[in-house]
Amino acid sequence: MTRAWRHKAFSYAVTIPLALVLAFPFFWMAVTSLKPQAQVYDPTKVWTFHPTLANYGFLFHHTEYVRWLRNSCFVGLMVVLITLAVALPAGYALARLSGRVGRTMGVGIFLTYLVPPTLLFLPLSRVISQYFHLSDRLWSLVLVYPSFTIPFAIWLLMGFFKTIPQELEDAALIDGCSRLGALVRIVFPISLPGILTVVIFTFSLVVNEFVYAITFISSSANRTLTVGVPTDLIRGDLFNWPGIMGAILIPSIPLALIYNAFLNRFIAGFTGGAFR
Amino acid sequence: MEVVAARGGRRSRLRYVAERRGFLATLLISPAVLLIAALVGVPLVLAAYLSFTDAQAGSLSGKWVGLANFRSALHDPIFRGALWHTFLITVISQIVVIVCAGLLAHALVRRFRGRWLLRFFVLLPWAAPIALTAIGFLWFYDPQASIFNWFLIKLHVVDPQHLPNWLGTPKAAMSSIITVQAWRTIPFATVIFIAGISSIPQEVDDAAAIDGATGLRKFWFVSLPLQLPIAVVAVLFGIIFTATDMIVPFILTNGGPFNSTQVLTTYSFQTGINAGNIGEGAAIALFMLPVLALVAIGMLVFARRAEVT
Repeated sequence: MTRAWRHKAFSYAVTIPLALVLAFPFFWMAVTSLKPQAQVYDPTKVWTFHPTLANYGFLFHHTEYVRWLRNSCFVGLMVVLITLAVALPAGYALARLSGRVGRTMGVGIFLTYLVPPTLLFLPLSRVISQYFHLSDRLWSLVLVYPSFTIPFAIWLLMGFFKTIPQELEDAALIDGCSRLGALVRIVFPISLPGILTVVIFTFSLVVNEFVYAITFISSSANRTLTVGVPTDLIRGDLFNWPGIMGAILIPSIPLALIYNAFLNRFIAGFTGGAFR
Repeated sequence: MEVVAARGGRRSRLRYVAERRGFLATLLISPAVLLIAALVGVPLVLAAYLSFTDAQAGSLSGKWVGLANFRSALHDPIFRGALWHTFLITVISQIVVIVCAGLLAHALVRRFRGRWLLRFFVLLPWAAPIALTAIGFLWFYDPQASIFNWFLIKLHVVDPQHLPNWLGTPKAAMSSIITVQAWRTIPFATVIFIAGISSIPQEVDDAAAIDGATGLRKFWFVSLPLQLPIAVVAVLFGIIFTATDMIVPFILTNGGPFNSTQVLTTYSFQTGINAGNIGEGAAIALFMLPVLALVAIGMLVFARRAEVT
């Protein structure tokens, strides 16, 4: 009884202050985004100000924000499709390849995920403009982003597929299914939650990306969210802080809610790949 | 008749080949391997090649200059500063991360009322795009309206006449960057730490309790060694994310004031893209490779150890 109580007290004493510190920036962004311009530079007005949605109106009607949102979604969807097409079969095969070869290849592919964009953006920027002639095109991002989404997705999918018992497939084979048929009819439907997790985390990796986007894209209309907001909303002569805070919150809050919902599956896939 | 038989034969042969495990596996894996080789392997080799040339913006070829780029980098005080700042930012932020995430994970792994909401709060910095939230910090660090300064004034820590300029003075700018890097890595580390703790079977806990191990002793001798492999992997990830990150320093200070927060990534970007010296920029970025190699080896070692337990 007292031990349980002590545990609970420990949990609250640790999490409440730390969680508040971690979440505070978002609270303050929300407050700032609702402030009228005149009161923005007055931090004392934490509660006592007249909330306004004018800043969000500004964002949607007087900047290219909606366009950047659309660009990010477009690149995200294309990259998710490419990633699934390549990573689904590979993740499955690596999960089922028992023994040394499969594990070594899996870890090898995973290690390529660790090679950062900051190491590759210089040569890639030249390749994109000289050989593919894709400078300042969204397609350049669609082409390059699979470099980090595919290793990441294969890793997660491997973790998910390993949890599906081999017997299910064997049963399908006995019933006259081909191996590929068993894959499409049995394995993929069962792993749908896992695949959905991969879709979500791949999409958010793409929305998060910054280094390639700022190197390859040069015109305002073709920017993605992460580059459009810092370059065009800040380097421009307008310093509309409340509008910028709104621009940050709009994608962040839905992403956080989805993350929260899929977190347990993400952990299962991430730690299940080979660390088990 | 014969044609039909031949076609049937070929099809069954095809089908036979497709059913062979080795063949099918190769077929399923090779697109991924080829794509990764083309998108990661080739640029990596190109980056190494460029670092030995004097390639300028607008071309992929330059004169072979041997180790000149590396030599000039090592004699460049800004580069040495960048190396040192990268190291400092990574090490300090990751120490903060280990402490905070360790505490959070041990608290959040238990069930209690309000856990859902608190976990959601903890996750926020990770789920939101860092390029955007870093701009938020640009505003929190604003010299005129810094909310942090407002807190510090209320707590009587700083004098309202001499407010710290968070991004405008060298030391403050370094600590600002370290704060943001720690802030955004804590959630990921927490989540993976939790996975490590909950992977310990209940029987181990019970056995430890029977043997009389409690509290810190149990943590030190039983729980910690068991969750260590997964925790190490999380920390290695944090090291890579921080050491190779360009977003946070780029948006907060872009290396300033006076190169006092210059890191390898921002300096490589400024040299390679802004100044157009691709060869030199590539050489600067390549100095991240030793860290990557060490982390990769660490991952391999600990991944294997995690499997044994």
